[in-house]
Amino acid sequence: MDGVTPLITRLPALEVDWQTLLTVNLPVLLLVIIGVPLALAAYIVGAELLVKRLPKRAQPSVRPWIWVGPAIFFVAVILVYPMVGTVWTSLLDRNGTSFVGLGNFTRLLTDGGILIVLRNNVLWLILYPGLVLLFGLLMAVLSDRVKYEKPIKSLIFMPMAISFVAMAVIWQFVYYYRPSDVPQTGILNAILVNIFHGQPQTWIQDTRFNNFALIFIGVWGATGFAMVILSAALKGIPGELLEAARVDGANELTVFRRIILPLMMPTIVVVGTTMVIFALKAFDVVYVMTAGNYNTDILARRMYAELYKAGNHANASALAVILLLAVVPVLIFNLRQFRAVESRR
Amino acid sequence: MGRLTRILAAMAIVVLGVTACGTSNAASGKIGGTVHILGTWTGVEKDAFDAVMKPFTDQTGVKISFEATRDLDAILQTKVAAGNPPDVTGAPGIGTLIKLVHQGKIPTLEDKLDVSALNANYGADWINLGKIDGKLYTLYAWAALKGLVWYDPKAFAAKNYQVPKTWDDLMTLQDKIKSDGGKPWCVALESEAASGWPGSDWVKEIVLSQAGGDVYDKWWQGKQKWTSPEIKSAWTTWGKVLGPDDSNVYGGKQYMVATKFGDGGQGLFTSPPKCYMFNQGSFITGFFDAYTPKPAAGTDYAAFPLPDVSSANAGAHVVGGDAFVMTKDTPQARALLKYLATADAQDIWVKRGGGKIAINKKVPLSDYPDPIAKSLAQVVVDTKIARYDAGDLMPSDMRDAYWSGILKFVQNQGQLDAILADLDKKQATAYAGS
Repeated sequence: MDGVTPLITRLPALEVDWQTLLTVNLPVLLLVIIGVPLALAAYIVGAELLVKRLPKRAQPSVRPWIWVGPAIFFVAVILVYPMVGTVWTSLLDRNGTSFVGLGNFTRLLTDGGILIVLRNNVLWLILYPGLVLLFGLLMAVLSDRVKYEKPIKSLIFMPMAISFVAMAVIWQFVYYYRPSDVPQTGILNAILVNIFHGQPQTWIQDTRFNNFALIFIGVWGATGFAMVILSAALKGIPGELLEAARVDGANELTVFRRIILPLMMPTIVVVGTTMVIFALKAFDVVYVMTAGNYNTDILARRMYAELYKAGNHANASALAVILLLAVVPVLIFNLRQFRAVESRR
Repeated sequence: MGRLTRILAAMAIVVLGVTACGTSNAASGKIGGTVHILGTWTGVEKDAFDAVMKPFTDQTGVKISFEATRDLDAILQTKVAAGNPPDVTGAPGIGTLIKLVHQGKIPTLEDKLDVSALNANYGADWINLGKIDGKLYTLYAWAALKGLVWYDPKAFAAKNYQVPKTWDDLMTLQDKIKSDGGKPWCVALESEAASGWPGSDWVKEIVLSQAGGDVYDKWWQGKQKWTSPEIKSAWTTWGKVLGPDDSNVYGGKQYMVATKFGDGGQGLFTSPPKCYMFNQGSFITGFFDAYTPKPAAGTDYAAFPLPDVSSANAGAHVVGGDAFVMTKDTPQARALLKYLATADAQDIWVKRGGGKIAINKKVPLSDYPDPIAKSLAQVVVDTKIARYDAGDLMPSDMRDAYWSGILKFVQNQGQLDAILADLDKKQATAYAGS
């Protein structure tokens, strides 16, 4: 609007409320800085003193619990307690007063709209990890052979550094639509119209391809992450192995298929399952680009709408439980694979 | 030990001294302190709000701490649930406020404002709009008119088009524009997470003007079914404006769903015009000002109120405005709400333009910056049936479903029955929590 005004003059002057700062903020800060380490030290020293008074034989079995105790306490308070609470809330009615069993789940799953939500989640689950792995692997293997590997990898990794919301804003420019009687300013439609002489498309609104358009934004953001990890795994493969295969007359494709791919498989699986979890958590892109309209809604955004728009904690918790149930097997599988990879090192 | 006591005593004196400094404002008759405000304004609107706040801070010494969010319903509910509400909230819709009032989280204004002064300066309609369950909770400081049809007087003159006085005139005009090879309307529905709302404005204006205030009230209260003939008729009437398969609209359905609501008016000012009419609230002039080249009020654009659909409800208008509510009772918050109700405060908004119309009757018509703003202020004065935006009165999940329904409708008008049935289903659950 007034683009000429320098940004800096628009920033509000920093006003310091000295009274609150000195009487409230500062004492609290001191309390935290001194108090927290002090409390922890007191816990350890005190517990150690208590353990010392136990019979010698019992000491080794008690001592570990003292050290993991705080961790267990925080996991219980921050993770387990809310999780149990969520499961419990999902079994109550929306006022949280009476028990309805699985009523929330049956109502949610029989609602016609949920089928499209589930379909979209399946699309995300298949395409997002699949494409991220495909592009990540491609980039890792191809960039491994060139001299300018580092700048290339830095460029591809860069989207990882920005938030999903910023990504969505960037891609709004890519997908931007203008009617066919005016020049196109969105790059995708500009290419479509000027090079292929097609009609401009509303990429984000058209139900034929909007889900793919949204998923691709996510893929663009995560490919760098997959590439870096896969590239590290690739470089871990001993050169002699590859050389031996080539000496035996294997061509590059066979080397890739028979040696590189099997050796990288554990890493690929870990990256893939991580991406599956990301896909289940996907929210920002859909929220910013379509707000779930035009058949693009997904579970996480639906949960947000139930919680903050409808104020329906029962439905929101039920959706959270569905997501949790979907994530748990992947999580367990992921942990096992991760351990397998670690133990091979 | 004696030394420690002395150090502690010295510290206490320092702390007390600081406290004394902080409260010294009270001696000079100023309230001092800070008022935390949660609102949705950024850019031009925030600048206007800052201008309104400046005299308040000068007079009372109360500092303004402002937080802006476009997702006010979610942020406000979270803050209230966390026991950390802002002192004052300026909400563009009261669906969430109704919910919070029912939960007993918002104090009433009845005993906190000077009600007799309010009665003297405010039209009864405007005070009633601020009531929830018969008690005053919210205060409006400015009004915006919805249902205004913007047009380019030069383009109208070139084709010899007349400003329509009745709904039939409007229908005749749009047929004439079509037979001349033009497109009657520009419609732009894109607004990120709130996409669809400009279309919902169309429907609610038609409901109020076609079916009247009683049906309108029952409708937003959730007591009038979406599938009822009155509401369905409003949708089909809008469908006639859009034309079969949206053929009356520039760019058709694709342009409607993909174009930002603020950019929707650009088609009026091209040569030849891409469209001749654009229905949007009075605030849209703020967006016109940002177009290149900047169109001039009066010469490049003017507005007429959407004609009465049914003469039985002549002079019915949907009005809007930010609802100011005290989410936490503090002396600073009370002082701020008192100030917002004054003509002095509202005059600042009016003079800055942006389509804001003062509610306080003491603001003179001569203070409006251009002839259009003046004529709109006159429309507000002449309004016989005033209703607040129905979508903003509905629970927010009902409103979101309404917006989504609009997007589905413009993509395929034939789906109307299914859309309305879905909205009825939503209506059955959405009101339970409020």
